[in-house]
Amino acid sequence: MLKFYDNLTVINLDVNGELRSVTVRPSDILLDVLREQLGLTGAKPGCKNGDCGTCTVLLDGMPVKSCLTLAIETIGHKILTIEGLGGMGSHTQIQEAFVEYNAFQCGYCTSGFLMVCHALINNKPEADEYEIEKWLESNICRCTSYQEIRSAVESVLKNQPKYV
Amino acid sequence: MIADNFIYCKPETKKDAVKAYEKLKKESNKVFYYGGGSEIITMARAGSNVPDAVIDIKGIPECNVLELKNDVLIIGGAVSLNDINESKLFPLLGTAGARIADHTNQCRITVGGNICGTIIYRETVLPLLLTDAKVSIYGPGRRRTLPLNEIFHERIKLDQGEFIYQIKVKKEMTETPFIHVKKTANEKIDYPLVTVCVTQYKGRLRMAFSGICSYPFRSTDIEEVINNPEISVGDKLNLIHNLLPEPPLTDYEGSGKYRIFVMKNIIEKILERYHNNAKIL
Repeated sequence: MLKFYDNLTVINLDVNGELRSVTVRPSDILLDVLREQLGLTGAKPGCKNGDCGTCTVLLDGMPVKSCLTLAIETIGHKILTIEGLGGMGSHTQIQEAFVEYNAFQCGYCTSGFLMVCHALINNKPEADEYEIEKWLESNICRCTSYQEIRSAVESVLKNQPKYV
Repeated sequence: MIADNFIYCKPETKKDAVKAYEKLKKESNKVFYYGGGSEIITMARAGSNVPDAVIDIKGIPECNVLELKNDVLIIGGAVSLNDINESKLFPLLGTAGARIADHTNQCRITVGGNICGTIIYRETVLPLLLTDAKVSIYGPGRRRTLPLNEIFHERIKLDQGEFIYQIKVKKEMTETPFIHVKKTANEKIDYPLVTVCVTQYKGRLRMAFSGICSYPFRSTDIEEVINNPEISVGDKLNLIHNLLPEPPLTDYEGSGKYRIFVMKNIIEKILERYHNNAKIL
């Protein structure tokens, strides 16, 4: 039976391993729903045009720009935001590497970069320089911490397969 | 935030997609098939071309196929550019897709969406035109498969309610040697100033272009000149800009004259290599 979503509808989204109920219009973008309804403000609004990458979250393990994704089309998919990375009181190696390599200054782009880096390490554990550059090109850091971010990623990739 | 609302549905069959289209079209004006959504969302947020309803085709199994079957590569219309590139089944299309937007967006942009979108560059069309790709189209009351060359003139010519559910390319064509050169005005990730795509098939070069005119095209006229052994490289370069299907594009990225200069430069380098080795790779 074909279902038409035409106005405010309650839907369940799998966010950071939990099913969360949200009330959305079909045209609501994922970024706004995460931030305004679920209080998950780690994904940041930047250009809201798919250019800067600061709103990046993972959808079934791959990075997506949540400003260019409808919340309603993520039904049945696994969403991972920066809040779901690591666990209570623990961090992933890429988060620790960001601290170790000072891979941020103002921090606004950090959550987006971390999500891309996390997906890169999981999907491309053998990533070479070209792959690293290709994935990181999706995000913009106006403080220009690019080299530090790259060093952080490379340090974790060298430590494979211990990545958690 | 998108100020306007629209209806959303996600059918699981082609038939249901068309049923949804026909139903929605009775009540609404702008009904769009929806793939990755990047263009539709961007336009809707800007308040231009806001749909009344979208039909998400990602739930249709045939639209998600990416496989070689009987020496034919089948690519579903909802397959992402990143998946095509990662599959390595069609290196030229993978390469072209890997230069559209950035990697994260390539995980969302679909090949069908790129072909059918309103953004003029549609760079996935170039490899498909050069490799004699066929498109399978589904719409109200009919299904048809025909060469892209026949249905793509300036843009894809679909009838009301039709959508591309698959693209088919002979395996032999996916393996042709190729060169893909994309030049942008400033940043690496940008719309093309000029994109030139060249394949070598049965001893002849084929060429397709984006950015140079207001639509992507393959030019058999240019190919005739390029493949003519009696014309020198210098003369070929002087002839080709008169063979464009329309005057070159002038916009904020570059003037028409500059685009021609860049295009000639790219072709000159390709021809130098070709004339030295009789190969483009």
